[in-house]
Amino acid sequence: MNEKVIVSDPPSAGPLMHEDLELLHEVALLTPGDSHLEMCIQCGTCGGSCPSGSAMDHTPRAIFAMLRAGMREEVMKSNTPWMCVSCYYCTVRCPQDIHITDVMYTLKNMALKSKMFQDTTASDFSKTFISYVENYGRSFEIGLAGIHNVTHLRLAVRLPNMVPMALGMLTKKGMSPLPPKRIKGMNDLKKILKRAKELEAS
Amino acid sequence: MSDYLFYPGCSMESSAKAYYHSVMSVCKTLDVKLNEIEDWNCCGATEYLSLDVTPAYALIARNLALAEQQANGSKTVVAPCSACYLNLSKADHYMHENKAFGEKINTALAAGGLHYDPGELIVRHLLDVIINEVGMDKVKEKVIKPLTGLRVAPYIGCMLPRPDYNDRYSDSEHPFELDDLLKALGAEVIDFPLKTACCGGHMTQIGPDTAFELIRRLISSADDYKADVMVALCPMCQMNLDAFQGQMNGYFHTNYKMPILFFTQLMGLAFGEKPENLGFGSEFVSAHEAMKRIGVQTPLPQDAKPAPKKPAGLPMPALRERVGQKSTTGNEEASE
Amino acid sequence: MSAQENKPKERVGVYVCHCGTNIAGVVNVGEVSKWASDNMKDEGVVISRDYKFMCSSLGQELIQKDIKEQKLTRVVVGACSPHLHERTFRNACKGAGLNPYLCELVSIREQDSWVHTDKIAATEKAKAIISGGVARVIHHEALEPLHVPIHPATLIVGGGIAGIQAALEIADAGFPVYLVEREPSIGGHMAQFDKTFPTLDCSACILTPKMVDVGNHKNITMLTYSEVQKVDGYVGNFAVTIKKRARYVKTEDCTGCGICWEKCPKKVIDDKFEAGIGYRKAVYTPFPQAVPKYPVIDDINCTYFVKGTCKACEKFCPTNAIDFTQKDEIMTVEVGNIILATGWDLFDARRVPNYGYGRLANVFTNMEFERMSNSAGPTGGNIVLRDGKTPPKSVGIVHCVGSRDKNYNNYCSAICCMQSLKFAHLVHEKTGATVYNFYIDIRTPAKGYDEFYQRIIEEGTLFVRGKVAEVTDAARNPGEEGKLIIQVEDTLVGKQRRIPVDMVILSAGLEPRSDSKALAKTFGISCSADGWFIERHPKLDPVATMTEGVYIAGCVQGPKDIPASVAQGAAAAARILGKIQQKEIALEPVRATIHEEQCSGCRICNTMCPFNAILFHEDKMVSEVNPALCQGCGTCVAACPAGAITGTGFSNEQILSQIDGLLLLTLDKKETVPSGS
Repeated sequence: MNEKVIVSDPPSAGPLMHEDLELLHEVALLTPGDSHLEMCIQCGTCGGSCPSGSAMDHTPRAIFAMLRAGMREEVMKSNTPWMCVSCYYCTVRCPQDIHITDVMYTLKNMALKSKMFQDTTASDFSKTFISYVENYGRSFEIGLAGIHNVTHLRLAVRLPNMVPMALGMLTKKGMSPLPPKRIKGMNDLKKILKRAKELEAS
Repeated sequence: MSDYLFYPGCSMESSAKAYYHSVMSVCKTLDVKLNEIEDWNCCGATEYLSLDVTPAYALIARNLALAEQQANGSKTVVAPCSACYLNLSKADHYMHENKAFGEKINTALAAGGLHYDPGELIVRHLLDVIINEVGMDKVKEKVIKPLTGLRVAPYIGCMLPRPDYNDRYSDSEHPFELDDLLKALGAEVIDFPLKTACCGGHMTQIGPDTAFELIRRLISSADDYKADVMVALCPMCQMNLDAFQGQMNGYFHTNYKMPILFFTQLMGLAFGEKPENLGFGSEFVSAHEAMKRIGVQTPLPQDAKPAPKKPAGLPMPALRERVGQKSTTGNEEASE
Repeated sequence: MSAQENKPKERVGVYVCHCGTNIAGVVNVGEVSKWASDNMKDEGVVISRDYKFMCSSLGQELIQKDIKEQKLTRVVVGACSPHLHERTFRNACKGAGLNPYLCELVSIREQDSWVHTDKIAATEKAKAIISGGVARVIHHEALEPLHVPIHPATLIVGGGIAGIQAALEIADAGFPVYLVEREPSIGGHMAQFDKTFPTLDCSACILTPKMVDVGNHKNITMLTYSEVQKVDGYVGNFAVTIKKRARYVKTEDCTGCGICWEKCPKKVIDDKFEAGIGYRKAVYTPFPQAVPKYPVIDDINCTYFVKGTCKACEKFCPTNAIDFTQKDEIMTVEVGNIILATGWDLFDARRVPNYGYGRLANVFTNMEFERMSNSAGPTGGNIVLRDGKTPPKSVGIVHCVGSRDKNYNNYCSAICCMQSLKFAHLVHEKTGATVYNFYIDIRTPAKGYDEFYQRIIEEGTLFVRGKVAEVTDAARNPGEEGKLIIQVEDTLVGKQRRIPVDMVILSAGLEPRSDSKALAKTFGISCSADGWFIERHPKLDPVATMTEGVYIAGCVQGPKDIPASVAQGAAAAARILGKIQQKEIALEPVRATIHEEQCSGCRICNTMCPFNAILFHEDKMVSEVNPALCQGCGTCVAACPAGAITGTGFSNEQILSQIDGLLLLTLDKKETVPSGS
C-alpha cells in the first residue's frame, strides 16, 4: 500500500496499528478531515436513518463492522456506498460524530480503483456527468440523462415516460439541447484537474 | 445595497431558469446585489466526490479561488443551490480544518495559476442571506400582495441544514427559517414533517425504484396535509419532485398533482412581481389552479383544512417558549 | 565563589520508589538512585536508595532508620503524585523526629514513567525531577500545622434522597443540621417516581417516612424554598448566607388544611413536580405528602401579584395564615462542614429533533411517564395518550436519549436501562400493550438488576438492538396511519425497520443542574467539563472534594441510582461525623505572608483573594493575610506588583531552585566552577 495517499492526519496512532484494522485505517486516511471511523459503537443510527437503506445490501453500520473485520472484498463489492443519497442524516445523528457520508464517498473511490464493484450504473452516471464537466467546465443535464439512459437501456426500459419528459424539459423549462458553453478558463481547469489526479495517484 | 459574490450553479442556466429569474427579481426588490463570479465552473455535485477526492475538491476550490480574486471587498459567496452551497462550504471547511489537505488542493490549483486561502470567504445559501442578512423586517416591509389562503409545504431538503459546518440553521432536522419566511409572505405554512427528508438526489438516474419511493413519501405527506403547493430551494429537489412526479405516479398508480415551486417564486409574487417574470408556467405539475385561488383572493373553505392540532387532555411540552406562563421557583437564580 | 559556600549545610536522603513495575518498568530506578548519590554530594545528598514499594511499612522504616542513623535533615522521595502519598512520607519523617515539611515528594510516576515509553529518556527525566526536588528541599522550612476548632453543625444543600439520608445520619448522631432545599418541599426527584427498580417498591412509600423523620427531627433545621447565596470561611468555620424566599404563608399559623389551593382560581401547568403533564394552583404544595406541609404562593403566576386583585386564598384561610406582605429573608448560619447534594436536571429531549418531543403529541419523556404512572399523578396512574383518555396498544421505549451521544452528552446516564425496563413492566402490567425497548447496550450491573432484565424479557417485552434513528408521524402505508413510527436499524438483523406504535417514551438522560458551575464557584469546588462535581479521588474518596470541609453526595457527583445516592449520603455523613468528633482540625500551614515593608498598599490582592483572607490596615496603609482564612492558593502571590507576598512552601527561592535543579543547572555550576577556578 505504498501508493496510499495521505490526505489526513492519522486519526489516532496506537490501536489502529493492529493488522486487522489495516482496512479501516486505510479508509480513514483516504477521507478528508477526521472521520472518527474507528469510534463506531455499532448502534445502527446510520442504518436506521438511511432513506435508501432498503436498497443497500448491507447497512452502513454493517459496512463499518466489515471494515473492522478486514473484509475488503465484501466491502468493495457492496452496493451500499452507491445507494447513498448524500442526505447527511446519518452524519448529523451519529452519536460518535463519524463523518459517514464522507466515508461513503471514500468507499466509492476505493471500489472504483479496486475494480471489484460489479454494477456500474451509478459509477457510469458519475463518469458521464464528470466528462461534461471535464470538457466544458459545466454540467449538461439533458445530454447527461440521454447518454446515461442509452448506455443503460435497462433503465430506459423501466422509464417509458423518459421521452415525453425530455421533451418537457426542452419545451416547458426552455432547456437547450445543445451542450453548455465552454468556460473561458477551460485550459487552466484541465491543468488543475490533471495535477489533482497526479496528486491523487501519488 | 449589499454586495455579494454570486455562484449560480449549472442548473440555473438550464433546468432551473424559473429559479434564476425569480432570484434576480427578489434580490432586486430586497436591494441585494449579486455579482456573478466570473468564469465559474460546475461544483461537481455529488458525482465527482464519488470518483476522485482530490480532483473533486480542486474543481470546487477553483470557484473559491476565483471568488477570492474577484472579491472586491465582499467576502460572502451566495449559492442558491443546496448542493453547490454544500460543496463550496465543504471544500472551505476541510481545507481549513486539515492544513495538509488544503495545501494539496492549492498545489493542484497552482497548476492553473490559482490559490485559495481557506477560511477567507463565507459561503452562504440564499435563504440564509435573506433571513439573517436582509432580515425578516425588510421582507415583511416589501410584501404588498400577501399570499393569504395559500397552503404551502416548506421543503428544505438535506444539504442546507446538514451537516451545517457553521451552525447557521436553527435545527438540522426541523429548522423553522423557511416556515418563518413563508409566513411573513402571508402564506399558511403546514408543519411539514418531512421538510428535510431526501428528494432522491441522483437516484432518479441510477436507482429509480428508490428515487420514486423517496419522492412519493414527500408528495404524499404534503398531500395529506392538504398543501396547495410545495416550495423548494434547490434545483435538484425541484427537478426530482416536479419532473419525476408523473413517473412516480405511474410507478405507484397514484395521481398526485403537487406543484413544486421555488421559494423565490412565491416571494416575487408577494412582492408584487408579475408571475410571468418569475418563471411560472415552466413547472411540469402546473401551479395554475393553486395560484388562481389566491389570485382572486378567495381563501380556501374552512372544511378543506384538517382541524388544527390542539392539545386536549394532558398539556403538551412547549416546543419553543410557553406563552402566558412563566416558569417558577428559582429559575431566575439559575440564569445568572 | 568560596569553597565555604559550596559546602552543603543540609544532609539529604533520596529515596527512589519502583512502585512495583509502575515506575521500574520504564525508569531504571537503580541507575537513578546511584546517579543521585554520585552526583549530588555537593547538594547535600548523603544517601540514596531505591526500593520496591517506598510507601510500604518496610519502605517507610528505611527512611526513618536513615533519618536517625544518618542524621538526615531533608528527605526527597521520588515516587507517585503528592496527591497520593505526600502525607504517608511526611508522617514517616515525623515519626523519626524530622519536621514533616522538610520532606519533598516528587512524582516520577504520573509525570514520568506513566507518560513515556522511551526508557533511556524517562530515566534521564527521573534524574532531573529528583535533582529539582533536592534543590528545592534545601530551602524548605520546618512548619507547624494550624489547629482550628470545628463547628459541630453541618449544612446540607439539597433535600433529595442523598441529602435526606445524610441529614438523618448526622442528626441521629446528635449534631445539628441545616437542610436547604430550593423547592417548597424536600423529597427531590424520588418523590416524583412511581416505582423503584429492581424491587418495584412504591417510591413514595419508602421515601415519605424519611421525609417525615427529617421534618420532625429536633436536630434538623429545614430551610425549604431557600437557596445558598454566599459561603464565607473555611473548614470548621463556614458562614453561609441563605436566602429564604417569601412563601406568603405564615408557617406558624398554617395548618396545611389545603383550603387555599382548593379555592385558588389560577391553574398553572406544573413544569416541576408534574413534569409538565399536570396542573397545580398558584398557591400550592408540590404533592400531598410534602414536608413541610405549608404551601407557597408562586408570585409570578398568582393573580393578586399579577393584577392586584383576587386574594381568594386569604379570604378562605381559616387561620389567617396568608400574608401577601412577606419579603425574602436573608439569614446566615455557621457550620463546620458542608454536603452538596443538589442532584440533577433532566436532559431536554426537545434538543433531539428526530425524536419529535414537543412536536409529536404522544412522545413522552421518562419524567412525564413517571408522573403518569404514579397513582397520585395527573392521570391517577392510568397510562394514556396525550388526549388524556386512550390507553396505548403499543409503546416504544427509547434508551440513551441525550446520553452516550457526542451531539449531546458523552457519558452514560447509568439509570436509563433499568428505568426503561421498569417502564416496560409498568406499561405491560397496566395496559397489556405491546412494549418495545430500543437499546444500544443493556447495562444492568448491580445487585438484582440483571435478574430484573430477565424478568422483563420473560414478560414478553420486545427488545430491538439499535439506537432509534427517528420517530415520525409521516406514514408510508395505511398500516402506519395515525401511529408514531419508530425507524431504527435492528442491528442484530442488519435491516432497517419501521415499527408503528401509539406511544413513545424517551429515556432522557441525567444532566448536571443548569446552574452547577455557579454553585461550584460559590462553594469553591471544581466541576468536570460535563458539569458534574469532582470528587477528591474517583475510587478511594468519592464523597470528599479538593476543598476541605465540602463534601458531595448523590447525582451531583455523577449519574447514579437511588441505592448509590443513599450510600453516598451516608458516607459523606460518616466522614463529617468523624471530623466533628475530633473537635478540631489541623490545617496545612501553607499560607501567604505579606512583607509589610514591601507592600505599597495598592490593594490589588484584597479583591483577588478568593477566600476573603486579606485585610487592609487603613492606619498603616498595608495589607495583611489572615492565616486562618488563607488557603495558600497563591493568587495574591502572583498578583502582587511589588512582589511583597510570599507563599509558605512556594517561595521564589524554592521554586527557582527547583527549576534550576530540573534543568541540572545546580550540577553544571558545580562542574564548571572547579574547571574555571
